[in-house]
Amino acid sequence: MSTQVPDDLKFTETDEWIRVDGEEALIGISDFAQDALSDIVFVELPKVGASFAAGEQFGVVESVKAAADLKMPVGGEVIAVNDVLEASPEKVNSSPYDDGWMIRIKPSDSAEMDKLMDAAAYTTFLKDR
Amino acid sequence: MSELNRTVLYDTHVALGARMVPFAGWEMPVQYESPIEEHKTVREAVGLFDIDHMGQFLVEGPDAMRYLNYMTTNDVSKLEVWDAAYSLMCYADGGTIDDLFLYRLPEAYYVVVNASNRAKNRKWMQAHLTGFDVSITDVSDETYMLALQGPKAQETLQQVVGMDLNELPFHTATRTQVSGVDVILGNTGYTGEYGYELFFPAEQAVQVWTSLTDLGARPIGLAARDSLRFEACLPLYGHELGPDITPLDAGLGFAVKTDKPDFIGRDALLKQRLEKPERRLVCLEMVDKGVPREGYEVQIDGASGFVTTGMYCPTCEIYAAMALVPRSLAKTGHEVDVIIRGSAKKARIVKRPFYTPAYRR
Repeated sequence: MSTQVPDDLKFTETDEWIRVDGEEALIGISDFAQDALSDIVFVELPKVGASFAAGEQFGVVESVKAAADLKMPVGGEVIAVNDVLEASPEKVNSSPYDDGWMIRIKPSDSAEMDKLMDAAAYTTFLKDR
Repeated sequence: MSELNRTVLYDTHVALGARMVPFAGWEMPVQYESPIEEHKTVREAVGLFDIDHMGQFLVEGPDAMRYLNYMTTNDVSKLEVWDAAYSLMCYADGGTIDDLFLYRLPEAYYVVVNASNRAKNRKWMQAHLTGFDVSITDVSDETYMLALQGPKAQETLQQVVGMDLNELPFHTATRTQVSGVDVILGNTGYTGEYGYELFFPAEQAVQVWTSLTDLGARPIGLAARDSLRFEACLPLYGHELGPDITPLDAGLGFAVKTDKPDFIGRDALLKQRLEKPERRLVCLEMVDKGVPREGYEVQIDGASGFVTTGMYCPTCEIYAAMALVPRSLAKTGHEVDVIIRGSAKKARIVKRPFYTPAYRR
């Protein structure tokens, strides 16, 4: 099964993705990450209104075997969280880039986006893992 | 890291898309697709496990029964030919060396042990032969071991076995044939479901495995094996048992027969039994959301204990843990805190087990 890496996203080295949507952005974890974690059983997300710097931990994802920190691709304020994941964390496995999104933020500095990998760079990055 | 062993079915697992991981010196399938789906398959239908990493010893000789009765905690003298029973080996101080399954064959005893303890057990057993006319043979390499487990295990196996499975009671074994291969077949398992464990020559592994998957038994990895045994509160060495955890700490008193003649660990275990163990293994169900994991601290009224195994239970649909806590506080209904990544999350002590095994209903 090949790993999905959508063209319209940017990625971190810790396998989060971010999708810019006007003044806002959606954040989740990559298909590679959900597959590596295996069945996800719990996602802990921050409260709306919380602010984090780029690289700061905003939550935790737990699979049947392991817990992994969730880190901010860019700094910003959380304006929405995906409450569906509380009852259905498995959506991160089945739809990591859509139904399995985690938080919506208002980025504080759009220049931080330039430091992230695009799809091609992330694909290359994954080849070495 | 030293070289990992591979079972005869290694290529079969890889072809099935299994994720292979190191486990107790072996490269084993941890999952084929989804551990949660595999777990549910065993609860609702039938699953097939490659557990060839487990060790098997043959204990033979005129004193075999007396020897095993001295070496392990359960009463081996009670075993009729073809009975199978759970037992434990302990140090003199009561700490656990390993837990094991004993099968009484017509001519010998078969001892099934954990992969991680195979060499340690062999050494320990061979060091205690003085005064017994017995021989111990490690037959793990030439013996293959599969487990077929689940409510549909019997109807599946019945199609390829040379006997009426209604004539094989729970926790007994026999010699028969499966798909033309000579096997020792035990009505035993480690999932909380009815099922079977098969022992046969290693070179026949692909033939037996394939005949069972062809009948619809789904391959199950070690991740689901762990969640299945956990829900049923079956102990796992290295978690609920170890050199510093006695069988009585772990709530396994049913397999510790302190009223039988001398066995290694008897004095310590009898003393612990009379004085009541200071710790008890309890079942915790999370009240706050969170996943308790091995080693996490448990706090109760200023005292503390620790999680031995914790995870999400796919059948019970709860986050749960087994934990060793001070006995005086181990009361069902008691609220405790589990410290998950620095924050206290509420949990409640509940009755054992989380999932009542099919054979106890």
